[in-house]
Amino acid sequence: MARVTLDKLRHSYLEAPAAAEDFAIKEVNLSFDDGGAYALLGPSGCGKSTLLNIISGLVTPTEGRILFGDDDVTGMPPDQRNIAQVFQFPVIYDTMTVYDNLAFPLRNRKMEESRVDVRVRDIAAMLELEDRLQTRASNLTPDNKQKISMGRGLVRDDVNVIMFDEPLTVIDPELKWKLRSKLKELHQRIEATMVYVTHDQTEALTFADQVIVMEEGEVVQMGTPVELFERPRHTFVGHFIGSPGMNILPCELKGGVASFQGHDVALEGDITVTKGHAEIGVRPEFVSLSRSGIPATVRKVADVGRRTVVEAMVADVPVNAIIEGDIPEVGSQVKLAFEPAKTRLYVDGWIATKENGR
Amino acid sequence: MLELRHVTKSVGGEAHIHETSLQLEPGHFNILLGATNAGKSTLIKLLAGLEKPTSGEVWADGANVTGVSPQKRGIALVHQFFINYPHLTVYENIASPLRVAGVDRQDIDRRVRDAAEVLQLGPMLHRRPQELSGGQQQRTALARAIVKESKAIFLDEPLANLDYKLREELREQLPEILGERGTVVVYATSEPTEALLLGGKTALVHEGRVTQFGVTPDIYRTPVDLVSARVFSDPPMNQAAVEKRGDKIVFGDLAWPAGSGMAAMPDGPFTVGIRPHFITPHKRGKGAVKLSGRVEITELSGSESVAHFSVSETVWVSLSAGAHPFRVGEAHDFFLDPTHCYYFDLSGQLVATGGGHG
Repeated sequence: MARVTLDKLRHSYLEAPAAAEDFAIKEVNLSFDDGGAYALLGPSGCGKSTLLNIISGLVTPTEGRILFGDDDVTGMPPDQRNIAQVFQFPVIYDTMTVYDNLAFPLRNRKMEESRVDVRVRDIAAMLELEDRLQTRASNLTPDNKQKISMGRGLVRDDVNVIMFDEPLTVIDPELKWKLRSKLKELHQRIEATMVYVTHDQTEALTFADQVIVMEEGEVVQMGTPVELFERPRHTFVGHFIGSPGMNILPCELKGGVASFQGHDVALEGDITVTKGHAEIGVRPEFVSLSRSGIPATVRKVADVGRRTVVEAMVADVPVNAIIEGDIPEVGSQVKLAFEPAKTRLYVDGWIATKENGR
Repeated sequence: MLELRHVTKSVGGEAHIHETSLQLEPGHFNILLGATNAGKSTLIKLLAGLEKPTSGEVWADGANVTGVSPQKRGIALVHQFFINYPHLTVYENIASPLRVAGVDRQDIDRRVRDAAEVLQLGPMLHRRPQELSGGQQQRTALARAIVKESKAIFLDEPLANLDYKLREELREQLPEILGERGTVVVYATSEPTEALLLGGKTALVHEGRVTQFGVTPDIYRTPVDLVSARVFSDPPMNQAAVEKRGDKIVFGDLAWPAGSGMAAMPDGPFTVGIRPHFITPHKRGKGAVKLSGRVEITELSGSESVAHFSVSETVWVSLSAGAHPFRVGEAHDFFLDPTHCYYFDLSGQLVATGGGHG
């Protein structure tokens, strides 16, 4: 195991890249601590898979270095990097038993059979597959196949990093919950460095201690799930994380006050940037219906089971609120209150308020 | 209206669809919710005429259409994998079904532009599919389906291959685009949250049977049996064996009031079901039952916290708003709200609820 460092990485799939937009990875500096659980989160085409392939060695970056511990591995082929990878579709040998599938990466590295046996049984127990060890892999359900695929990634104890590339995309929701919990539990037990790539915020946020949000080849923010939720540094993070995402409301700035559709809005702290395109950011979780506030007309009410999402129009700007208690009728007039400590200002996309209480 | 009347489907002596009767109306979404291979796609093929039932009949607008080819039924189909003609522009892709049907040119132009406007494809009409994002490609496929102004439109997991955020956007738009036409809309999904967001009516599909059919939020709140409760839960519903004794429900050393529905049942063993968001780390309401457990797994999504905890041999899952600093291995008290309990007999049928709304 080792710390993984990405140092000034840039990558282009073109032969002679010139402009910034020629780069699939713009400039990325990141480090993954030994034993941490990380997620790379972003939409298709944001560069997260390219980054994963650079770490695994399938892609050599145009510029920059990759370090495992203090060793520069930038030019090292994938098979010498000592990493394990779990893919979207299970990679297992259908004709082999579960036992032989799990043992395969160990036998491949010429581990002696008595040690192989200990490791295989350990991992099988963690995955709750002990009673299936002699079953042929072809007879397993898709989720059990993916469990084995994960097991093969986890079975070696000498890897630098275990990488998961959208491993739950093809799994049904109920089993997704189970496998995700299982993976989380395994990380809590094995303490290997894990990097999990996904476009699904729920998977990223529940799995990782640190989530790296990417857009257009750049890291927009790296932080804990709570940090990304509570105080997104950029409106993209606000929008991308949360269902529905953060309300991003165009506003005007005058004398240190932000006003939305003619209503002054209390912010978490002082405004730090006054020139540029200003927007107020407040999550639907922190918008409530109250006696006083910004007048709005309810356009839509969605009952999502454990919560209700109300979309209300302030002039022609929609604002989402997640509410508890009485549900307003579509077409009715309501008043919206924003929780000041959770209401931020963004200028040209970037946060522009002093952090609450600091 | 589109109907299945006592329809069954067997392939090689194996029952794929057990006897099913369903009445699907226009004006709202008709959702088929179930896991992969539950039978959703087979139901769609039977409804659309792509497969012939082994027994029973398919009726459309008061006529028996069993055995009538899909081409003659005026239907449209959208698959999980968006299918467009790569060599044609977006305009020609959308126009293709109208050209085949011999619609005159002016009419085609008007209808293509209408459909493109609804799906926000106006500026892309002269591009080819590969120049579009995944969401735009899927919208093109959708535009081609709605331009036909067909009697029925079938959407078989149309968002499954799209990014999470894109899925969110299209989910918002689809009911507005399709809901108000006189078309019967049938939409298959494996995601309970998607069903809730799309509203309308939902049929729960499990192992080739429709276990429940009704207004979407109603059947979410009142599952008829354990199978239906499981199909329509995300995260999975907690389940535990309990005993009913007099006016109490007994779980290990704990007991709580049975509520009027359960009090009328004979004493004996039952299964209790409760959704994770009705087990919280803080006491809510007077009647809350304290479950003292040991935290096994924790997941934090930024806006919500999940804890799996064990009480003797049973593992419960709690889901609550906000970020709670649970630690694995720690003892922690949780509070179960008995008014949101479901009680099932040993055959899995719902016999009573705790009185609140699930």
